[in-house]
Order: sequence, then C-alpha cells, then structure tokens
Amino acid sequence: MSGIAILIPIALGLGLLGLGAFFWSLRSGQFEDLDGAALRILIEDETPESDA
Amino acid sequence: MNAPAAPQDLRQLPETLLSIPGMHCAGCISKIENGLALTPGIAAARVNFTAKRVTVTHLPEMAVPQLVEAVGRLGFEAQPVLDPATLETGAESRTLLKALAVAGFASMNIMLLSVSVWSGADGGTRDLFHWLSAMIALPTIAYSGRPFFRSAWKALSNRHTNMDVPISIGVILTAALSLFETIVHGAHAYFDGAVMLIFFLLGGRYLDSVMRDRAREGVAALLKHTAPGALVLNGEGRSNWVDAKDLQRGMVMLVAAGERLAADGVIVKGVSNFDLSLLTGESVPVSLGSESMVHAGTLNLDAPVEVRVTETGAGTAIADIARMMEQAGQSKSRYVRVADRAARLYAPAVHTLAALSFAGWMVAGAGWHESLLIAVAVLIITCPCALGLAVPAAQIVAAGALMKKGILVKDGSALERLAEVDRALFDKTGTLTLGRPEPTNADSLDAREAAIALGLARASRHPLSQALRRALERRAIVAAVLEDVSEQPGFGVTARWQGVAVSLGRPAQADAEMSALAVELKVGDRAQLLTFEDALRPDAAEVIAQLSALGLESGIISGDRASAVAPVARTLGLTAQTGMQPQDKLDAIQRLSASGAKVLMVGDGLNDGPALAAGHASLAPASASDAGQNAADAVFLGDSLRPVVIAIRVARATQRIVRQNFVIAIAYNAIAVPMAIAGMVTPLIAALSMSGSSLIVVANALRLKGAAR
Repeated sequence: MSGIAILIPIALGLGLLGLGAFFWSLRSGQFEDLDGAALRILIEDETPESDA
Repeated sequence: MNAPAAPQDLRQLPETLLSIPGMHCAGCISKIENGLALTPGIAAARVNFTAKRVTVTHLPEMAVPQLVEAVGRLGFEAQPVLDPATLETGAESRTLLKALAVAGFASMNIMLLSVSVWSGADGGTRDLFHWLSAMIALPTIAYSGRPFFRSAWKALSNRHTNMDVPISIGVILTAALSLFETIVHGAHAYFDGAVMLIFFLLGGRYLDSVMRDRAREGVAALLKHTAPGALVLNGEGRSNWVDAKDLQRGMVMLVAAGERLAADGVIVKGVSNFDLSLLTGESVPVSLGSESMVHAGTLNLDAPVEVRVTETGAGTAIADIARMMEQAGQSKSRYVRVADRAARLYAPAVHTLAALSFAGWMVAGAGWHESLLIAVAVLIITCPCALGLAVPAAQIVAAGALMKKGILVKDGSALERLAEVDRALFDKTGTLTLGRPEPTNADSLDAREAAIALGLARASRHPLSQALRRALERRAIVAAVLEDVSEQPGFGVTARWQGVAVSLGRPAQADAEMSALAVELKVGDRAQLLTFEDALRPDAAEVIAQLSALGLESGIISGDRASAVAPVARTLGLTAQTGMQPQDKLDAIQRLSASGAKVLMVGDGLNDGPALAAGHASLAPASASDAGQNAADAVFLGDSLRPVVIAIRVARATQRIVRQNFVIAIAYNAIAVPMAIAGMVTPLIAALSMSGSSLIVVANALRLKGAAR
C-alpha cells in the first residue's frame, strides 16, 4: 500500500507535467509554423550580426 | 534565430503581413528573412512557412507597395494580405486541442487506475482508485466536455436535437452514477468510459475544425484581387499610399496599368482599356475615358488614369452584390448535416432504449440501483462514439486527398452537399475559359520575329504582353537583345534591334473591339497583327462529358454577350443563357432549386457571387474574385477544369464511406446493446468495445486517402 501512496502521486505528477509543458508550448506559439520549424534547422547561421 | 537583435522600440513599429505563395524551401526562408532585414526601413521579418506568409516589422514610412517591391527584389512575388483579422482562424482548433490534451491526460491516468480495478483490486484499494478517478474525471468532464454541452444546450434551446444532446446526456448521467457508485462503495464506476468518450469525440471535432482552418487559410492566401489600397494624389503633385478602408469620397487615385481599382469612381484624367470580366463576365476589355464610371475590382489594362473616388467600401457596387449574396446564402445555412440528421433518429431511439431497459429490469424485480446501472450501461455503450467519428474522420481524409490535388474544400458540409448535386451550371469567362488572353496566331511568327517580340513583351507588364511572353517562353524562344527599350503607356513598347526600329503596341487601324484584344508587332516597316482570345480551359470538353457520365446535366449562365458565348457553347455542346445580371443568375438557380434540382454552381466573378451562394454546392477557380472565392464551397487551383469532376467523385466516395461507417456503428450497437440490456456489460467491456469500434471507423475512413487519383 505504501508503494502506491508514492507511485500514484508520481504518475499523476509526471502526467500533469507533460500536460503543462504542452499548454506552455501551445501558448508560446511553437505550433504556429510546424513545416517552417522543420526547415529552419537546415538554415546556416550566416548573418554577420550573429557572428560575435 | 536568424533575425537580427531586436531594438527596444520594435514593438511600436507597424507590422504588415505579406503572402508569399512561392516559398518552398529552407533557402527561401533565410533568403527572405535575411534579405528583408537588410533592407533599409525594415526592422525585422519573420516567415511563417506553413501559412506561406511573412510578418514584416518596418518603419511607418514604408508603405505596402515598397514592401512588395522589397520582396520582389529578393526574387519572390508577394501579395499584401487584405485584413489580418480575417486570418484569425485557429482559435477554435486551439480551444479544442487544449480540451483534447486534458481529456487525453485524464483518460490515460484513469485507465491506469481502472486496469488495476479490473484486475482484481477490491475493498479499500478499489474505493481509493475510484475516488482518484472521480477527482480526475469530474474536472476533466467539466472542462473538456464544454464544446458538447454548449452545442447541445444551443440545440435544445432552439427546440431541436443534434449529435451533442445524446453525448451530453450520456456523459453527465454516467459521471453522476459513477460518483454515486463510488460513494456507496460499488463495484462499477464508468469514469474511464465517460472520459474516453469525450477524448474520442473531441478527436473527431478537432479534425473537423483543423480541416476548416486549413482550407480557410489556403483561400485567404489567394485573396488578392480587390486592391488593398491605392496611390492617392494630394494636390501638390505628390502621392501617398492609402489603404482601401481609409479611402474617402473626393480623393483622386492614381491607378497604374495592371492595377485593380480599390473603390468606385469617375475617371478625371486619362483613357485606358478596362477589364470588367470579374464584375460583369464580359471578356472583351472596354475603353473608358474622362467622366466614365469605373467600379472597384475593375482591372486597368493600358495606361495610368486618375480616378476621383465616388463610393468606397460598403457604398460600392460590390456591396449590392454582397447583400444579394447574404440573402442567397441562407438556404445553405439551413442545410442539416448528415451527422445531425442521423442524431435526430438516433437520440430518441437510444434514450427510449435506456428508459425501457430501466423499466424492464424494475418490472423483472431487480432493485432500482441495479436497473439504473444497466440503463447507464446502455447509454454509454450506445453513446455515438463511432458515430461522432464516422463523419469527420472520413471528411478530413477526403479533404486532405483533395487538397493534394489543389482543391480546397471549406468544410465537411460542403463535401456532403457536393455529393448530392445533379445539375451543373457554369459561368463562362474565367470559369470555362481561362479568363486571361492567350495569343491565337503567335505561331505564325518566324524565329527572328518571335525573338524580337519576346524581347519587347518582356519589357511591359501589360496583360497582352505578359500573355505573349508566356506563350513564347513556352516555345523556348530566346529573346533578342534590344536597345533603347521604352514603354509609352497606352501605346506600347518601342526599341531598336540591330539598328532597326521595332515596336509592339496598339494596332494603328482597327475598330475598338479589335484593338482591345490585339497588338501590332512592327519590325522596320513590316507590321504584323497578333490577336488574342480568352481560350477555353484545356480539358473543358472532357470534363463536361465526364460530368454527364456522373449524371450531371450542365449548362452555361453568362453575363457576356450572346455572340461571345455562342462559340464556347457550341464547342462544348451546352445550352447557354447569356447577358445575365447577377440577379438573373440567382433567379435561374432558385428556379431550378424550386423544381427540386440540386445545382452545382461553378463561377469566378463578382457577378457570380450570389449564384455561388445560392447553389446547393459551388466551386470557384483560384483566379476568381475574392467574393467568388468566399462564396464558393471549394476553390481549385490551376488551369484545368478537372477538379470539378474530381471534387464530385471524391465527395460521393466520402458519402459512401460515411454510410459504411454508419452501418459499422449500427452493427456494433446491434451486438453491444442486447448485451448491455442483459446486464452483461462491465466497464471493461464498455471501454474495449468503444475504442474498438472507433478504430474500425477511422481505419475505414483512411481508405479515402487515394480517392482523388
């Protein structure tokens, strides 16, 4: 029984953590441009400003 | 990550949205973002690749044409997005996605607890698990169930039912009874079933909403024809850009060749040919000069003109048509979707069944507690999980397949109505024809003349020059090297080629109608007349034949003159009505509808708007006017007319799959309901059968993936 008392809150907490992360990513616009995000990784960073 | 470091006051700078349909790779993104960021006057640019749009943050003095030009210098064609507010789609999908995420989280955790109960937990442990489930399920139902409760309440307060009524009743009763069971230490709690039901149904609802968003975004990206503004002269010889909504009566707009008018007005200076086809359906340009009325949406072909604004926005001729469209669209909004029609039969049947089994078990001598448990088991097992997915799953797969073929279907109801049409009416200009001039005798030019013609045509943005250039480039002609190229608005392009004077321009002697669709190529003293016509779409005849094979009788309703429509009607073997005003087209469709026909309207112009809104279903090519695209149920890209046939075929295939899905759902009920009535359904069986039937329905819908070959 004591195992359950620890494990269930852990399971629920992890689930909530995932849910929270999803809500955060949704709010911060990470689902706005899914195709673009996939392509941006291919862009080489060559703007002179960002060399510093 | 590529945007330069943002200065502090970036937030105060104006932002403009531009649509750039031509971007297709990572290179394009960096080219546009970096290129724009280095342009003086532009602070930052951020591309949204999915929407094919760029948000430009710029200094207030940069106007839309300059931004478009800046993008043009990078090698991309940009169009200003009319009104960013119209693009605020996604809001509903986002709410649904959040609800779906919560329901998903909850159903997983409750399932975890339920599995332990099913595998034998009892006594205190079972009670603890039931309480935990209740604590997760009740807030979830309150949050994620809102879309269903709200829609069910709306339907009930309007005194009819829809699919959401049985769903809401089922979910609420199940949750209430499970809570009661938990309190009295009962063995069966259906929290998992209730939450899973919401999860699956939200899935269907979310798909439906995503499909609508995608199509709406696609269509919004195409909206371009009404000029979003105009260059206004301010009396001191200077001009500045004014957005269409800020134009006022009395302002004088400078309309360059190739531009569309942003407001109704009277020409005060200049003479030019105007393309009225989007407004009237007339294919031959009209020459207008001082004191002539010109309407918003008209394309100026030849020469710059100054136009004094007489009416703007809601006062324009367009607004009358918009009012007509609104009225015509009401019949469409009365259409009841398949799922709701099914619900009208389904909901009373299910509720009667549940009530009867309750009464039956009471009569048979079971306690009211046991009878109620069985009644709820009937409710949850019949809850239209598969039914709720049956329609949206099939429709989104079909819409995805159509989208790959360049057909944007606006919503599921459009697919349902498309499947029912039995009569097709076509507009002529821009629908059966391409709506743009194509040279008819450019092949008669020899290689040398063609090379010169291409060199001259490239120098001008006049529609006829552009048409000639496209035709010659298709023949892989290499342009001749010309010197002293200059363009005189209203006349044409002149240049020198190896010392010989060459020109491409308005024919010297020709009647007004001829000159509008012809240019004269002069090489030295030799003159040659090139004529143009608005050509039929390449496979129009084939499409008409295929439509009649599908059982659709076709006809033409055109605003153009009989003499212009006759050749098209003859070629395609169709009957035609000509010289029709927007009201006449609307009447024609309403007459047919009244006699029981389900009319498919295919049209593009503003003058087709009311007819498109009135048709049982309607299609518009992507070259259509904004009003046409907004009124149509689906928009298709490209020159071919084949999408009309494809759309109908896929819509009918979708209806077949939807019907199959209904049969599957009913078959499942035929097995599960007797079990539930017999009292044999435990929460475990309910969970298994519910997910099982949903999976089968979705799998069946996936067969539509290849439907649009």
